[in-house]
Amino acid sequence: MHPAPSVIVFTVFSGIGFGMLFWLGLGAIVPTGFGAFIWFAIAYLFAVGGLLASTFHLGHPERAVKAFSQWKTSWLSREGICAVATLFIMAIYGAGLVFAGTRLGLLGFLGAVGSLGTVFTTAMIYAQLKTVPRWKHWTTPALFLTLSIGGGALMTGQIWLTIILFLIAGGLQFYAWTSGDTRLAASGTNMETATGLGHIGKVRAFEPPHTGTNYLMREFIHEVGRKHAQQLRILALGLGFVVPVILLLLPFSHLLAVLAVLSHLTGMLALRWLFFAQAEHVVGLYYGKR
Amino acid sequence: MTQLPPPSTKKLGLVIDLDTCVGCHACVISCKGWNTENYGAPLSDQDPYGGDPTGTFLNRVHSYEVQPDAGAAQLIHFPKSCLHCEDAPCVTVCPTGASYKRSEDGIVLVNESDCIGCGLCAWACPYGARELDAAEGVMKKCTLCVDRIYNENLPEEDRQPACVRTCPAGARHFGDLGDADSDVSKLVAERGGFDLMPEQGTKPVNKYLPPRPKDEMPEFDVLAPYLEPIAQDGKGFAAWLDKALSALPGGAK
Repeated sequence: MHPAPSVIVFTVFSGIGFGMLFWLGLGAIVPTGFGAFIWFAIAYLFAVGGLLASTFHLGHPERAVKAFSQWKTSWLSREGICAVATLFIMAIYGAGLVFAGTRLGLLGFLGAVGSLGTVFTTAMIYAQLKTVPRWKHWTTPALFLTLSIGGGALMTGQIWLTIILFLIAGGLQFYAWTSGDTRLAASGTNMETATGLGHIGKVRAFEPPHTGTNYLMREFIHEVGRKHAQQLRILALGLGFVVPVILLLLPFSHLLAVLAVLSHLTGMLALRWLFFAQAEHVVGLYYGKR
Repeated sequence: MTQLPPPSTKKLGLVIDLDTCVGCHACVISCKGWNTENYGAPLSDQDPYGGDPTGTFLNRVHSYEVQPDAGAAQLIHFPKSCLHCEDAPCVTVCPTGASYKRSEDGIVLVNESDCIGCGLCAWACPYGARELDAAEGVMKKCTLCVDRIYNENLPEEDRQPACVRTCPAGARHFGDLGDADSDVSKLVAERGGFDLMPEQGTKPVNKYLPPRPKDEMPEFDVLAPYLEPIAQDGKGFAAWLDKALSALPGGAK
């Protein structure tokens, strides 16, 4: 799959933003007044900034409001509804803390559930796709959720929770990578089933339908970028989880905390780039590619 | 609505004969022509006369080489467009309801004024049947020429999809695959028509007819059986060389 920067930025930042809202909603930290304003501003900057980035890849962003209508079947529609509802609830909860200094516990709880729901529905957009065997697996939503609340825990300064969640996320990611590497082959879809010509013999793409490229090849076939996948995997695990955990175990300082956040973000961007670049869409088989 | 309607009794679709297709791409061109000049957003091209031309097409012809266990490789031309699946994954993923399957004849269409161009339907399609138009920002796909097949302003022989009408080899057939007595259904039954990627569970309406088995070349030289094989007990320099080379380590016997 084409690793579109807008979607990578969206999933990384909104994931962390909703992870922060999750912990704020649960009352893991209860700031009030101007302090609360700063916390919520950061969380909303991440969550809303990510959502806005995702609209850049739309052909007609001005019609985006129509996307709230098909929640019965569409995970993308469900995601939109979850995101807007959560942002609305958490805005009231945040206003309570900022202006009245009171914690509206029930609203916070609802917002926390909504944050998880938003991240889960985002993950299901990918995990539902039978056309991308690497994504169609329970590790996709499990990872999105762990990474979101792990990143949220880091951003809200909960050291031990962060360490535990990062260790779980690192392990899950390692399993998702190793098990995902064979999932296209295991899916049973190959050039023979794609063309239905397997009963004659081995199928090879002889001539593509066009001399240049096209939408399908740009969007779904991304073989070149996979060259450095192994090195990027190690870098992503190191920067995303190992370095932040070490920095958090050192005696606390704000500089180390900022470095931990920057390292985690860099690792997450690499990890999400790999999530797209390494995903093989079965349509590539028609072009003899993966 | 992006909920799929209950399966319609009428299932309009195409039957594509991989035995007959000559790979001329006429269907590609007539499709592009009709669907650019008529219903919906035109199928745009980017840099059509430059060094890096691309464009939107609803029908494309691949060519595959298939190598049997024994005998010569076969070249098979393979036209591919929307299969109007009964269980169309492209429809249910659509967040706006722009993508839908008609309850009356099973044609899968896009309402272009509702499409936000998110591309998720193209992600969900295993066949690459949908392409986002780079100029219009909306998803384009085969309409089964819905503006031809019911169009009473056209002469009756033209009321079929442009690709079918134009195919010079007669490799494309249009009809009701829900009716077991229709010509297309009979053709599928006779020739063993098959689904593409059946394991994806999409239940395509369009069917493909397999290439017919290649004829075996008969032995036409009536004298051949009377010709003795080359002498086994040869003499002379060539026979000596043959034996000497065979005697070397690894030499062919």
